[in-house]
Amino acid sequence: MSGNDVWVLGGGVICGIGNNVRECITSFRQMKPGMATMQYLSSTHRDSFPVVEVKADNATLAAKSGLPAHISRTALLSAVAAKEAWESAQLGNIREYRVGLVSANTVGGMDKTEDFFAEYLQDNQSGRLRDVVNHECGSITELVADALGIRHHVSTISTACSSSANAIMYGARLLRNNLVDVVIAGGTDALTRFTLNGFNTLMILDQQACRPFDDTRTGLNLGEGAGYIVMVSDAIAQKMDIKPWCKLTGYANANDAYHQTASSPDGIGNYLAMQQAMEMAGIGPEDMSYINLHGTGTLNNDLSEGTAIQRLFGNAVPPVSSTKSFTGHTLGASGGIEAVFAALAVKEGYLYPNAQFSHQMKELSFSPVTTFSEGNVINNVMSNSFGFGGNCSSLVFSKEIS
Amino acid sequence: MIRNNRIYRNNEVIWETPEDQSLPDFLRAAYDHFSGQYPKFHKMDHLSKLGWLAAEVLLQHRPFTGYAPEQVGLVLANRSASLDTDLRYFDSIKDFPSPALFVYTLANIVMGEISIRHGFKGENAFFTSDTYDEGLIMGYTRQLLYEGAVSAVLCGWVEVMGSAYEVILHQVEK
Amino acid sequence: MENLMATLKAQIVEQLNLQEVKPEDIGDDMPLFKDGLGLDSIDALELIVLLQQHYQIRIANPEKGPEIFHSVRTIADFITAHQQQNK
Repeated sequence: MSGNDVWVLGGGVICGIGNNVRECITSFRQMKPGMATMQYLSSTHRDSFPVVEVKADNATLAAKSGLPAHISRTALLSAVAAKEAWESAQLGNIREYRVGLVSANTVGGMDKTEDFFAEYLQDNQSGRLRDVVNHECGSITELVADALGIRHHVSTISTACSSSANAIMYGARLLRNNLVDVVIAGGTDALTRFTLNGFNTLMILDQQACRPFDDTRTGLNLGEGAGYIVMVSDAIAQKMDIKPWCKLTGYANANDAYHQTASSPDGIGNYLAMQQAMEMAGIGPEDMSYINLHGTGTLNNDLSEGTAIQRLFGNAVPPVSSTKSFTGHTLGASGGIEAVFAALAVKEGYLYPNAQFSHQMKELSFSPVTTFSEGNVINNVMSNSFGFGGNCSSLVFSKEIS
Repeated sequence: MIRNNRIYRNNEVIWETPEDQSLPDFLRAAYDHFSGQYPKFHKMDHLSKLGWLAAEVLLQHRPFTGYAPEQVGLVLANRSASLDTDLRYFDSIKDFPSPALFVYTLANIVMGEISIRHGFKGENAFFTSDTYDEGLIMGYTRQLLYEGAVSAVLCGWVEVMGSAYEVILHQVEK
Repeated sequence: MENLMATLKAQIVEQLNLQEVKPEDIGDDMPLFKDGLGLDSIDALELIVLLQQHYQIRIANPEKGPEIFHSVRTIADFITAHQQQNK
């Protein structure tokens, strides 16, 4: 055990397949993806595109999180998942530690800004300015930190769909530098008309349930949610009588340097991120037990990611799947949600299914896992998150080998 | 550093336009002066243009040479994330929503544009905070260099909201 | 046809913000993507918006893009065919 280890003690998730981790696992077990007609968001695209909403209105989320209902859904989701994460770590009183919150989001309080503008456009006198005050991505994190009683270190990361994986990397570095004792890291994003509209103009939304890594895939489904893991440094872990989930042994970020939104055909950014994360973890392709894919379901992403995986793993590609086939693409939250799933896979020996898969991609030699299983021997799991702006991140979670 | 229609390098003004010139005109004039060779510039949003220009001003003078692409990283921060462009996109939805504008409704696209221009493939990080926390940015940069994640970094602050903007960019090497 | 192509060139320059290209620089048969005018996938989406905005033509399937948007002439052909169909 080297002194630089970072331990994962727990995690929390709220997304379209469950309001907590246990509910999410039940949905995987029962093969119940969360795509549905939108219920909480109002949009002219209501009947065109299925979405994966968190099945709770703002009042319910507010009650769960202890925050007022008038603030952004992005903050409410964040507080619910961060709270679950903290409680699952069983560390007791949060004020007894130097705690850092590193949270990612891409839309900030856009939901409130939209409501403000809708009113404002009709009547210049109306519209509550209070709703737009918390728009900035940073203020979402501050709200949640206040609600949890975190004062030591608060940062917000905004690097598109890989944001929360980057938040976890940043959190691990805070621990390794002994700037804090405990880090809650991940991300949050609520579904908004803004993102729905934008992804629609990019023509990458599927009108049916998305089919990641399937030859017939035509796009992604947007989802919403939040996911956080709780990490401590080795020094803290030694002092406490705890049973960690696993270790975070590798992380890396690379830029694809190809196009604002499209991935390069050879997936060079993906490749570099995966390769460097595995190098840091000190493992080779043969040691990898499972990869939680970025797997959005767009033609471009899945081909680039698959090509990069094939280049790195050759003929020995480990089991892979995209849990976005259940949760939809939760944008800034996806890396956090999937990190919780990945860490839990190491702890429990889970392999998650890839729903809606039926046709092997003709460019690839491998296909995803399609059934849920537990009790597998899982030593190392990689979680991929790739985002617009060419931002590619990979995290590696590992079992403690004693 | 870019501020009040003045571009500074090592604390010296190297180029300026009248203070009352609008931001789009300033950006176009600066592009013509420092580059004129990168038509994709015109498609960028203000945030990307500002970051791209600052990188151009630094790297033309003193390029990062001798580093592998994955050894050059970017660490940036700002206050408003992509709010300036978010609102413009919002405005376009009423009429015909523009995909080209939507692309820029993410703060980190500026890092993508700089990476594409210079072929940098190293680590990128983008923070949002109320004010420019140089300690945070420099501390993180030092750590990336120390860890060996990258060997050279462009880091700093790129903020724009409406007509108000400020860019502070540093070039750091091991 | 010639008129339509000239109008299209002006609209393309305007819509895609090609500040360093003059409409007359675009050849009728010049490939718009890659080696020709160098447009990318986002430009293709903007061209779809252009057709919707100025010609009331909706393209639901972006995979048809490369065929329709090969050159100014192929776009003009597509518009003309569409207009005749709707007569």
